[in-house]
Amino acid sequence: MWRREIVAALTAAVCSCAGTLVNAQDGGQVHGNFSMDGQYYNEDDEIGATVPPERFGFNSWGNLIYTNGAFTAGVRFEAYDPPLLGYPAGQPYDGAGIGYRYASYSIDDLEVTVGNFFEQFGQGMVFRSYEERYLGVDNAMDGVRLKFRPRPGVYLKGVVGQQRFGFDNGFTKGPGLVRGIDAEFSLNELLPSWSEKPHNLILGGSFVSKYQEDRDPLYVLPENVGAWAGRANFISAKWNIYSEYAYKINDPNNKNGFIYKNGQGLLVNATYSTKGLGISAGAHTFDNMFFQSDRTAPTPFDLNINFLPPLTKQHTYNLPATLYPYATQPNGEVSYQGEIFYKFPKDSKLGGKYGTKVTVNYSAAFNLDSSLVENDEGLEGYRTNFFSPGERTYFKDFNIELRKKLSKTWSLAYTYLNLVYDIDIIQGKPGKPKVYANIHIVEGQYKFTDKNSVRFEVQHLDSKQDLGNWATLLAEFTFSPHWFVAVMDQYNYVTPGNEFHGSEPNRIHYPIGSVGYIRGGNRFTASYGRQRAGIFCVGGVCRNVPAANGLTISVTSTF
Amino acid sequence: MNTRIILLASMLLAPFISLAQNGAKLPSATVQSMEGRKVDTKTFSNDGKPIIVNFWATWCAPCKRELNTIAEVYDDWKDETGVKLIAISIDDARSMARVAPYVNGQDWDYEVYLDPNGDFKRAMNVNNVPHTFLVDGSGTIVWQHNNYSAGDEAELLEKVREVAAR
Repeated sequence: MWRREIVAALTAAVCSCAGTLVNAQDGGQVHGNFSMDGQYYNEDDEIGATVPPERFGFNSWGNLIYTNGAFTAGVRFEAYDPPLLGYPAGQPYDGAGIGYRYASYSIDDLEVTVGNFFEQFGQGMVFRSYEERYLGVDNAMDGVRLKFRPRPGVYLKGVVGQQRFGFDNGFTKGPGLVRGIDAEFSLNELLPSWSEKPHNLILGGSFVSKYQEDRDPLYVLPENVGAWAGRANFISAKWNIYSEYAYKINDPNNKNGFIYKNGQGLLVNATYSTKGLGISAGAHTFDNMFFQSDRTAPTPFDLNINFLPPLTKQHTYNLPATLYPYATQPNGEVSYQGEIFYKFPKDSKLGGKYGTKVTVNYSAAFNLDSSLVENDEGLEGYRTNFFSPGERTYFKDFNIELRKKLSKTWSLAYTYLNLVYDIDIIQGKPGKPKVYANIHIVEGQYKFTDKNSVRFEVQHLDSKQDLGNWATLLAEFTFSPHWFVAVMDQYNYVTPGNEFHGSEPNRIHYPIGSVGYIRGGNRFTASYGRQRAGIFCVGGVCRNVPAANGLTISVTSTF
Repeated sequence: MNTRIILLASMLLAPFISLAQNGAKLPSATVQSMEGRKVDTKTFSNDGKPIIVNFWATWCAPCKRELNTIAEVYDDWKDETGVKLIAISIDDARSMARVAPYVNGQDWDYEVYLDPNGDFKRAMNVNNVPHTFLVDGSGTIVWQHNNYSAGDEAELLEKVREVAAR
């Protein structure tokens, strides 16, 4: 079906292109990118690395975008021959074909897109179609989008279509239909009396509904499920206050146990900042807010209509980033976060010659205070006190980071984290005890010359639960602007008193070496060694990557 | 089959149209300024002087190293070449609220915009961050670099000087 659509879109693109070749000197532009990750797997019983029947995993894709004035058309070719182990996060990808194609044009204040598109309303609590290619998360819409600005300060959007599900020699679509409208008003631009004000107020609202046929022999399931959201954002030179509330009518699905309860969510965030100081505080609550365009979607990664951001810091260092990252619990959670960034100025007592930077961050997430409904004839499931945390702590993270440039050649950073992690809930490992961990990280950089330097990281995590203790050593030599060579070893060991349930882990080393070459928009890297199982996250979502031993080759290119 | 047709068609057309980003104008996408205004990226300008467009995120360590390193010499670069650095944060709803306090906490002087759903990132064909583009006075992309290693800023400054001298 869609192959015909592609040909039509392409024909339009080619005609338009050919037309302008004749009419204009500027014949439009083609540009794009390419990404390839290949991995060769070795057997390695010690770390639990298995070899798939096909020893090579291979993910690649390339985008081509053609633009000419107000016209744009794009296509992405994808190949998974077969996909890397643990990729993608949700529904399997297989084979090669077209994963995305669209055409769009804008005329005056109207923009029309047909085919695939990504879009979000507000912060996405009722609608966000997006991609994280390196995680294999892609819920692109396939349909039509209109964006219209009837007058300055008024932004209207309308979308209709089905969502990308998996990939089988071309993208496949979920069974549900998604439609939505969004309106946003920026008072600075809209009202003459506001135009000169040093602050702005932006108000927005959206309505989204999904349609999916009810084929259930027993229950009467709602075929149309509506959700709406309202938002307000106040912005001044120093302040930014954002709040969004979302409500969803009853949507029985396999994630909430097919209950007929309505869902709701609220997020509030305030930041204050001036030169050298930034403060941010936020709170979220979500109650029964899974919203997928298939009520029986196989995983929480597939066919999501909305996006519920986790309110915890996304760490960049290997141990805290990939061992115990938090993931939003859409069925119910309450979370808080506060953070302060401060720079002790240059030439002050604590700042020294170059200044000293400090970041302090705290976040916590809890279950929602709720109770089961007795004599539940309406299949409502549970009742809850909105925005009231329960007694179960899902996650706590206190962390502090100090960064200092010591001289022209040396810089140092120290980070401490204290984590509480409900591995049962967050990673779905029932019966495993809650993980308490302390992490210390020292990072340093030394410049041999202006272009050659070494960067090192020493990380240590101590915990009496889960896998026990970890130590990481990393040294990365860079020869700007083209080369880098890195070696890393991770060491997993257990000390007496560990509450680990199940088999005792061995003392295991995970050595790996990498070399990379970068030129302009092209990047080539090769690594060989052991990679431990971990959780790889980008933005708000994560995927599990199994332990592997072997060779990895990556090429990315932008042209 | 159609895949091949598309690739073939693109290849056949390539000689007639300008291929590749270097030499292209900045594409059109909507990003959000720190003041909450929607800005069309094709209107980025710096009075005929060069612009550095840098894609970064608060969760990307090399990105922060790069922008913090340039921040120390940014005043000198501006005085010498008139260059302006536009930092495009690809932080999504999870972390976009952290961008303003982080930027101010680091004492950066850059023009910072939010691209929370990757619209500009996609239009610029960015695979991963950091990714830096250099745009000349006429708004044409003339150079790009993926990744950041200590010392890369020297090559960038060299290119900025070349472009500023044109």
